[in-house]
Amino acid sequence: MKPIISLSPHVHGGDSVSRNMYGVCIALVPALLASLWFFGLGAVVVLLSSVLFCVCFEWAISTFILKSPRLTICDGSAILTGLLLGFNLPSNLPLWIVAIGALVAIGIGKMTFGGLGCNPFNPALVGRVFLLISFPVQMTSWPQPGQLASYIDVQTGATPLSLMKAAIVSGDTSYLNQLPSAFQLFVGSSAGSLGEVSALLLLLGAVFMIWRRIITWHIPVSILATVAFVSGLMHLANPVYANPLVVLCSGGLMLGACFMATDYVTSPMTTRGQLIYGVCIGLLTIVIRNWGAYPEGMSFAILTMNAFTPLINTYCKPKRFGEVKK
Amino acid sequence: MKTFRIGGVHPAENKLTADKPIRDAMLPKQAVFSMFQHIGAPAKPVVKKGDKVKVGTLLAEAGGFVSAPVHSSVSGTVSKVDSVLDASGTRRAAIYVDVEGDEWEESVDRSGQLVRLSDRPELDSKTIIEKIKNAGIVGMGGATFPCHVKLSPPPGCKAECVIINAVECEPYLTADHRLMLEHADEILVGVSLIMKAVGVSRGYIGIENNKPDAIKLMTEKSQAYPEIEVVPLQVKYPQGGEKQLIDAVIGRQVPAPPAIPINVGAVVQNVGTAFAIYEAVMHNKPLIDRIITVTGKSVSNPGNLRARLGTPMQQLMDECGGLPADTGKIIGGGPMMGKALLSLDVPMTKGSSGLLIMNSKEARRSAPQPCIRCAKCVSACPMGLEPYLLATLSTHAEWERAEANDVVSCIECGSCQFTCPSCRPLLDNIRVGKQTVMGIIRSRAAQAKK
Amino acid sequence: MDLILLAVIVLGVLGLVSALVLFYASHRFAVHEDPRIGQVAAVLPQANCGGCGYPGCSGFAAACVKAADQGSLDGKLCPVGGQAVMEQVADIVGLSVVASAPKVAVVRCNGSCENRPRIAEFDGMPTCRVQQMLGMGETACPYGCLGCGDCVAACQFGAISINPSTGLPEVDEEKCTACGACAKACPRGVIEIRLKGPKGRRVVVLCNNKDKGAVANKACKSACIGCGKCVKTCEKFQAITLENNLAYIDAEKCKMCRKCEEACPKGAIHGFNFPPRKPAAPQPAEPAVASGTTQQTNNEKPA
Repeated sequence: MKPIISLSPHVHGGDSVSRNMYGVCIALVPALLASLWFFGLGAVVVLLSSVLFCVCFEWAISTFILKSPRLTICDGSAILTGLLLGFNLPSNLPLWIVAIGALVAIGIGKMTFGGLGCNPFNPALVGRVFLLISFPVQMTSWPQPGQLASYIDVQTGATPLSLMKAAIVSGDTSYLNQLPSAFQLFVGSSAGSLGEVSALLLLLGAVFMIWRRIITWHIPVSILATVAFVSGLMHLANPVYANPLVVLCSGGLMLGACFMATDYVTSPMTTRGQLIYGVCIGLLTIVIRNWGAYPEGMSFAILTMNAFTPLINTYCKPKRFGEVKK
Repeated sequence: MKTFRIGGVHPAENKLTADKPIRDAMLPKQAVFSMFQHIGAPAKPVVKKGDKVKVGTLLAEAGGFVSAPVHSSVSGTVSKVDSVLDASGTRRAAIYVDVEGDEWEESVDRSGQLVRLSDRPELDSKTIIEKIKNAGIVGMGGATFPCHVKLSPPPGCKAECVIINAVECEPYLTADHRLMLEHADEILVGVSLIMKAVGVSRGYIGIENNKPDAIKLMTEKSQAYPEIEVVPLQVKYPQGGEKQLIDAVIGRQVPAPPAIPINVGAVVQNVGTAFAIYEAVMHNKPLIDRIITVTGKSVSNPGNLRARLGTPMQQLMDECGGLPADTGKIIGGGPMMGKALLSLDVPMTKGSSGLLIMNSKEARRSAPQPCIRCAKCVSACPMGLEPYLLATLSTHAEWERAEANDVVSCIECGSCQFTCPSCRPLLDNIRVGKQTVMGIIRSRAAQAKK
Repeated sequence: MDLILLAVIVLGVLGLVSALVLFYASHRFAVHEDPRIGQVAAVLPQANCGGCGYPGCSGFAAACVKAADQGSLDGKLCPVGGQAVMEQVADIVGLSVVASAPKVAVVRCNGSCENRPRIAEFDGMPTCRVQQMLGMGETACPYGCLGCGDCVAACQFGAISINPSTGLPEVDEEKCTACGACAKACPRGVIEIRLKGPKGRRVVVLCNNKDKGAVANKACKSACIGCGKCVKTCEKFQAITLENNLAYIDAEKCKMCRKCEEACPKGAIHGFNFPPRKPAAPQPAEPAVASGTTQQTNNEKPA
């Protein structure tokens, strides 16, 4: 017998990349079911094609361009990117646009930097923002929920975010009266991207991830708390700004805070860094939503802070054992 | 429930031998005594080939202040003074003794009667430390730092309390646990001896709460010692690390190296050391045996053995059912910090707390995957370091940055590698960085002296 | 029209201002450097291997100029560029250089998979430095090559590679510049930077094992067991010394007679680049001595 020799530790906790990636996928399942419930056929087509395209592009790029010896599509990261990209799209998006989004997400967002673990920006958001800028019409015509059997030819309507924006731009609070109540938004059933439909189920997914120790509470809580606090102050100061509960439950905020900003690769490593990152995302979101050109600011805020992550990592060191404050 | 404040992991406990009473191992046919059973200068042999020795005869004297003497644990004839492959994986100086009978030095009191501190009022700090030094006692938890050095604080430092490490946070190992259950009285006398030696009036025994029976027994017995307090601790690895234990028990953090525990007023000793000190001081018995846990999921008859030092591991293995056919790794010590042994011919030393067998499936590491920057290593590190960064810096040979990021503070506990979902060899790389940076620091210091 | 004119004017002024700022900055913050440093650096190979003992080529260039100002280039050698480059450097600084013999990296281990059986299997970060921390490593020889290729990674010139059949590194003598990076990277000091020898011929003890004979013998079939037979064979030239159970051939004293090679019972001594032996070559020593270079004639046999 030849014994195996290696340096300690000789045991491993059993955690793995795929366990974490599929864990996030499982956490997305409730929201996924909700999107199927509200958007029907469109959601099925967009989500399925987005995941398929992402996996295929990852496989093709790693096999034919990078010629990497190890197959990485089994670790679940491409599936996750596909799911998150799909969650950020309207359910009536034509297939070819979905394909372009997946190509940009996987090709430019992830593989150009060297694949898993090397990308500075969240790949799904890179894909989404690319589509948002390139195809603004298709990307901002949000189908109304409940048209289960139709895909492209659906009735579209105003999203809560566009109503809020209209209120701010015109200074007319009557727009806000057309908003659904915070409770309705929380449970679901408003126009928007597929995955954003139910804040409740997204929160449920986040709780699951925290329970399974896939993520820590720092990023989602700091984002949501910042947004709630700042929008609360603004609402008090001027009622043209919407009620903070409505702000919290509308648009991509919940999806972004729980699933996009918490992406391992692009978020800071230390808890202090994560808190700073979360607070900054919250502030940027409010700024973009209220004063920017776009009604939704979450994806831009996250991408901006992704760029700052290396800087945060450099300057936010964890507290060393026995370190004395100077 | 108290515990240390930063990081930590929860490895599966696997304390297979927790309810197995300590049994005496057989005498070996030949005992091999390494001259490197402690940290510091190697011991210097004082016997030569052909000398007759008894149990307790001095074989080698301490090679300096930070060093410890080695005594024979068997009686017989010195067959050679040569070298032996030891747990470090290298061949180092050793004395071989062929065993004949079991004759003890007369000075050793083998009555086994409990001697209390009150029975020996003449003992003072100096005598106790002298006796500990002459008995060759070292840290029995695995670090094997000569005990008398820790008990003699450097000038300017004042000890305030003694902390006894009965945490046994390594999975599988149960030697300390069994020792507490079977020798609680002796341990408590040993603790009061240590306290007398360093001149403090406060003693703590830190026990993790996965050993409720030991906590209960020690608490009961310690009622007779008002100055000793048993502190139950929440189970978390690496609580047995000296710095982590001090943080957990008295809430003080030892600053970064070169600071040592005495700088925050604490002297930490292992519970096995306390027992050895009791035997050495009260019964004049040098350090010649210890408890070792022989364990592993595939071992047919695992147990806790009281074995003479110098016994080949092979013999201990045979007494526990022999080496299983499907053995992948032989580990001296526990699975988190133990050393992988090249063979079972390695002799038992003062620091051998366990012999762990892993089958070939358990033994092999998973293939490393790219770092996904999940930050789990950062939150697991009990020293507040960034293992992912240190490992990368050391593969890129960026020694200055590694030093600036406190690579030398790493205690090599392995929590980062244990928790890494990508199965990256983080600690392998960090060790390279730590070794190199320490070399750079040493050469810088040497240059400054010039 | 106005718009175009305005654009031209604005951009023109902008350019002019920038140019002025740059001009001022380049004069104000100019660093005065001995021009010879730049010239020396230009003839250096710019591999920044550190083989000369200075941090990179520019560091070496500065050191050369400084040394030249003190009158001599002694001890300065760019192992990569070798003699040719040093002569160019000497020209620039106006000095002459003493000839130094070319060197090459030699892997002093012959513990192939065949000669040195594996007693364990290493699992972990596949670098020699990590394996070295495990003591002996995979084989029973604590001095021999670990085979993980730290030297290969250290080589800037692609001159060293692991031979898959033996598991040992092999040096490509054409590419090797004797910069010493591999020797520095080897945690066991197996690699030696050694005189290349006339026509690349040299005789080397391919072993680094300092254990006692019996132990070394058990670990590796071709280990030097310190028997001293080679030392006796070489009594005439005194080129072989035995220290710590390990024979060493002094390249400067070796006369390439290759008698030690025959005498070694373990086959640990190897001659490099010699023509294949004739069945009964009477005295192979003569031609080798005849082709010796200057530094070898410097070392006459002791009286």
